[in-house]
Amino acid sequence: MKLIAAMSGGVDSAVAAARAHEEGHEVIGVHLALSKNPQKYRSGARGCCTVEDSHDARRAADRIGIPFYIWDMSDEFHQGVVEDFLSEYQSGRTPNPCLRCNEKIKFAAVLDRARAMGFDGVVTGHYAQIRDASIDGLSFRAMYRAIDPAKDQSYVLAVLNGEQLNGAFFPLGDTTKEKIREEAKRRNLAVAAKPDSHDICFVPSGDNAGWLRERLGSETGAIIDESGEKLGEHRGAYTYTVGQRRGLGITKPREDGAPRYVLRIEPISNTVVVGERDSLAITEIIGERVIWCGPAPKAAMSGADSGSARGLVQVRAHGKAIGCSYTMVGGSDRDEDRDVNGKKIRITCDEPIYGLAPGQGAVLYDGDRVVGSSTVLETR
Amino acid sequence: MKRRIYFDHAATTPISPKVLEELGREAGLIGNPSSLHFFGRQVREQVESAREEIAAALGAKASEVIFTGSGTEANNTAIKGLFWKRAPRKVIVSTSIEHHAVLDPIHWLVQHEGALHRNLQVDRRGCPNFRQLKEIVDQEGDEIALISLIHTNNELGTVIDLERISSIIGGIPLHLDAVQSLGKVNFNFQASGAISAAISAHKVGGPLGVGALLLRHGIDVTPLLHGGGQERDIRSGTLNAPGILAFALAIKEMKENFNSQVEKVKGLRARMIAIINEKVPDASFNGTGDAPGILNVTFPGTDNEASLLLFDSAGIAASTGSACSQGVAETSHVLLGIGLSESEARSTLRFSLNHRNDMDEVEYFGEVLTNVIAKARAAFAAGSRS
Repeated sequence: MKLIAAMSGGVDSAVAAARAHEEGHEVIGVHLALSKNPQKYRSGARGCCTVEDSHDARRAADRIGIPFYIWDMSDEFHQGVVEDFLSEYQSGRTPNPCLRCNEKIKFAAVLDRARAMGFDGVVTGHYAQIRDASIDGLSFRAMYRAIDPAKDQSYVLAVLNGEQLNGAFFPLGDTTKEKIREEAKRRNLAVAAKPDSHDICFVPSGDNAGWLRERLGSETGAIIDESGEKLGEHRGAYTYTVGQRRGLGITKPREDGAPRYVLRIEPISNTVVVGERDSLAITEIIGERVIWCGPAPKAAMSGADSGSARGLVQVRAHGKAIGCSYTMVGGSDRDEDRDVNGKKIRITCDEPIYGLAPGQGAVLYDGDRVVGSSTVLETR
Repeated sequence: MKRRIYFDHAATTPISPKVLEELGREAGLIGNPSSLHFFGRQVREQVESAREEIAAALGAKASEVIFTGSGTEANNTAIKGLFWKRAPRKVIVSTSIEHHAVLDPIHWLVQHEGALHRNLQVDRRGCPNFRQLKEIVDQEGDEIALISLIHTNNELGTVIDLERISSIIGGIPLHLDAVQSLGKVNFNFQASGAISAAISAHKVGGPLGVGALLLRHGIDVTPLLHGGGQERDIRSGTLNAPGILAFALAIKEMKENFNSQVEKVKGLRARMIAIINEKVPDASFNGTGDAPGILNVTFPGTDNEASLLLFDSAGIAASTGSACSQGVAETSHVLLGIGLSESEARSTLRFSLNHRNDMDEVEYFGEVLTNVIAKARAAFAAGSRS
């Protein structure tokens, strides 16, 4: 096959490209330039967005013996990921930019371009597995968790539909990170010992709140409790996350000394509502932008809110998967192309989830297989 | 084995077999040409012969050849050196389609040394606006430290009209970036009217790492490198004797075969243009074709990021002609400078041929062209949708 290997300059994507090349595919390494003016050097433990990273990627491609190009995806990234990130925070939601990047850049803009140029798909260093599966007599390419639970990235890939999965190749899902580093060393890749990237790649300082404040302003507003009593002031509601406990800036402690948590963010009144932990518990999620990573489960699609499917739901990248039932409900007033018939999904959890914010991804699993995902619209 | 065709001779040329042999032989010589003993004398004799040969081939005096480590160093030496030497004059005149080895030292002087840059406009073919040049000279003649112009444009192949320019600028020092001229067009330093010119060995079948500044006899410039003062006290550093000898041989070979080589390249160019016109009728060509080896083509509805990759994938080496800055390929300032739009510039590729190419390679280019451009257009369309 002819494959584009997306190479960030990190160890994972380098080994992924090397493995694909070794398997006999015609592989071309591509580094995605996601900013017009990237920083020259890495600061801290990041790895994907600096000039140094693109040099590392080129060096790895040369070592593997594959051609290497830099694709300028900065406009697409800015529009599809950075702007989305800002507008989501502005609406009081908590977005996951890695999900958006996989959905709109790596397996959309890059994959579309690769396919148009005659390539069969995109190889990345994500930790997830792709295997053929068969359900109700229907065979398809399915995505499964990686064998290394600490590195499993199936959560951030659950935005890929069947068509995107057909062009997605994850050669690392069957190996632990530790072994990948050893392999990189064996392959003489200079990035073998390069630290993992964390945080959000376009926030170089790692100071998410500061970054948001710079762009969205720092208009002060009230921090109130559930009864409406004002407990303090904040400098920008979007710098708070639902479930957050520390650094709330509350001057008035509770009489019983129990900690307070952010319950919700109300962007219109610029208010942060706090309360006790129990108030964070939710058991029902209404999700929009439903994406099935393969065929939609029949039981959830039987219509008229009657049927439901069983599975597991996970709401954070490395969160716990919780038993749940889910079903498609109602129509939608938002005409999102990717929604299934403009419908939403209702996920009923077997046990409470604490601190789930609108905007987060709710990913459904059947055992280790990724069934689909949705973006949390509201919780109950 | 995949077929590989090199159409990027403006970037660098393959070293000629005879030159390679010479380089290997000379690399074994003992002796620093500055040493007074037998070994030094032996090397110095050869270096000075090489200097005389290069000078004679390019219409210069031997004492006017100052060896450097690259064309970039030669350009920097002339531009900064003349600027400093001609203080307090502050004005530097150049076009916006110069190579970065000229643009960047000028910008550096503007930022750090108070230079005033006058941007000479060019037309759609890359030819300077003579009326504007005359205006600048009339208004600021006494203030002008130097005029720096690219003789043969590296992206367009356009050669400037030196006679016209000399008649306008009078005695104001003119520096030429002639790096792309050697082997492509006739270049005679004496006749050029320039006070200095930068050249480089690897563009003409010589080795990498050797260049020269041709600097008019009796003109001193402030040096960039201080040390042993080996080259007229203008350039210090032990001379790269094997490289210099190989450079001289490369220039000699070029001179001997110049006419036949240029005729051959003209034939290849004509066929390539015919193929492109036939298979991609809406393609357009930039530049004058003065240097026949440089063929600059706009393929509408493509972006050169994709077409370059696809040509490479098909075994053909071309170039976007743009510098890769900070990881992201910049749009060519040369193409923007002649008035192409951002999208036109981004859909343009440079193919640069020399006499080592043959018709068979051009025909192969014709075989893959339709498919490459079709895929590049599909990729561009996919990009516009997302």
